[in-house]
Amino acid sequence: MNHLVKRRVNYVLSELGQIAFLAKDILLSIFTFKVVWRDLLYQIYSIGVKSQSVVIITGAFTGMVLGAQTYFQFHRLSMDTAVGAVVAVSMFRELGPVLTGLMVAGRVGASMSAEIGTMKVTEQLDALRALGVHPVDYLVVPRMIAMMISMPILVVECVGIGIVTGMFVAVHLLGVSQVWYVNYMLKFTALRDLEMALTKGFVFGVLIVFVACNEGLKSQEGAVGVGRATTEAVVIGSLAILIVNFFLTMVLNIFFPAG
Amino acid sequence: MAQDLPHSMLAVQGLIKQIGDQKILRGIDLSVAAGETLVIIGRSGSGKSVLLKHLIGLMLPTSGQVWIEDQQIVSLTERQLLPIRKTVGMMFQGCALFDAMTVEENVAFPLHEAGERDPEVIRTKVAEALDVVDLTGHEQKLPVNLSGGMKKRVALARVVITRPHCVLYDEPTAGLDPVVSDSINHLIRRLQKRFGVTSIVVTHDMKCAEHVADKVAFIHEGAIYFYGAFADLICSQDPLIQDFIQGRSGDTD
Repeated sequence: MNHLVKRRVNYVLSELGQIAFLAKDILLSIFTFKVVWRDLLYQIYSIGVKSQSVVIITGAFTGMVLGAQTYFQFHRLSMDTAVGAVVAVSMFRELGPVLTGLMVAGRVGASMSAEIGTMKVTEQLDALRALGVHPVDYLVVPRMIAMMISMPILVVECVGIGIVTGMFVAVHLLGVSQVWYVNYMLKFTALRDLEMALTKGFVFGVLIVFVACNEGLKSQEGAVGVGRATTEAVVIGSLAILIVNFFLTMVLNIFFPAG
Repeated sequence: MAQDLPHSMLAVQGLIKQIGDQKILRGIDLSVAAGETLVIIGRSGSGKSVLLKHLIGLMLPTSGQVWIEDQQIVSLTERQLLPIRKTVGMMFQGCALFDAMTVEENVAFPLHEAGERDPEVIRTKVAEALDVVDLTGHEQKLPVNLSGGMKKRVALARVVITRPHCVLYDEPTAGLDPVVSDSINHLIRRLQKRFGVTSIVVTHDMKCAEHVADKVAFIHEGAIYFYGAFADLICSQDPLIQDFIQGRSGDTD
């Protein structure tokens, strides 16, 4: 039992050590990064453009469900017109960033981890190093920058489409007055909500790349190892988003208090 | 051999590598003069590839020293090692071609990373490198569409395009038929003659060793068991060496 605890502690400490070294390498590289526009644009395309359909569908149906559920509850209290405010604030401050983060962690995090993991087990990472190229500079930093650019945009898309579809359901299917819906939505949402969404999106994007690349870079044992790294990238990435979201919410509410 | 150090292209002294309880290298001393071709032979699992990875700093030893052109590399960080590695190319056993890139992009990769942006210069240098390895006309193919021999040639073209002072070959003829193996052997020799590069070849292909070696090191259980000319190796009466040369396992049916 003692031995097991010791092994577990050793494992956790070594994981933390690896993450610290990766963070150091990324920080060292990101400020001296020579932009290769072709590579960066490809990553933005791969991370941002290709995630659009997933994010839009997620945002659309979340907005619709949120609109409907809020209406069903508020209708009993004769507060139908407040649906717009609830949908907009929820989408901006929580659902938009978190759901976009989870979807991107699943789609992009898995792909990043699998790609880097496969490169590791087929000695392509060693080949990079042998050619005098640091894997963090070539593989991690362009993905990190592309994610920092793409993620806030994806969050805005998710939030926007969620608000629009929520309004569609509430106004056109459930009969809420469009004027009051929009009026209350505008009254209770402001720039601070957008700022919160963008900040969360940015942080979640950094987390996703960080976890996925770390899992990919440390993958071992061939195909099994790549599979494990991919699974862990999605699981750890998603959990990290949910956990960090709580602390971010508490801190960001100080800077961007709810109206 | 450590006394040869100042004139060596590459040298190791007292190299020990232990992973867990397993001692893989048990105190290797070796030096390779500039322009020389050293062939490292030994049975599978004897530590040849591990030794090769130590020579370019891809693995860190448990103890011991490694020098590349008089620069001691063991204490250097990964970032300090990067410019030094550009003087030493390595061809991996599995070729390690970047599978998302075409042949042309693979070969041009080191030039891009060195900051070369002129497409005309890149095209000319890639054409030259592919000509050296007899692979002109396959520029647009992806690695997945190449045969084993062609992959080895692309890997070699990627290594030589930046004109390294030394090339490390990890099992260059492994998995190839005898004819393709022979052409790879000729290629290694040709590169050595044409560019004067120092070569270190890890193999257990005796034909390859005979064809390319100036010196041979036979590794057994993580230590150098024999070091000398290929002719001396062949003439050795040591049973372990003879078993290896003749391919005798000692097992019976």
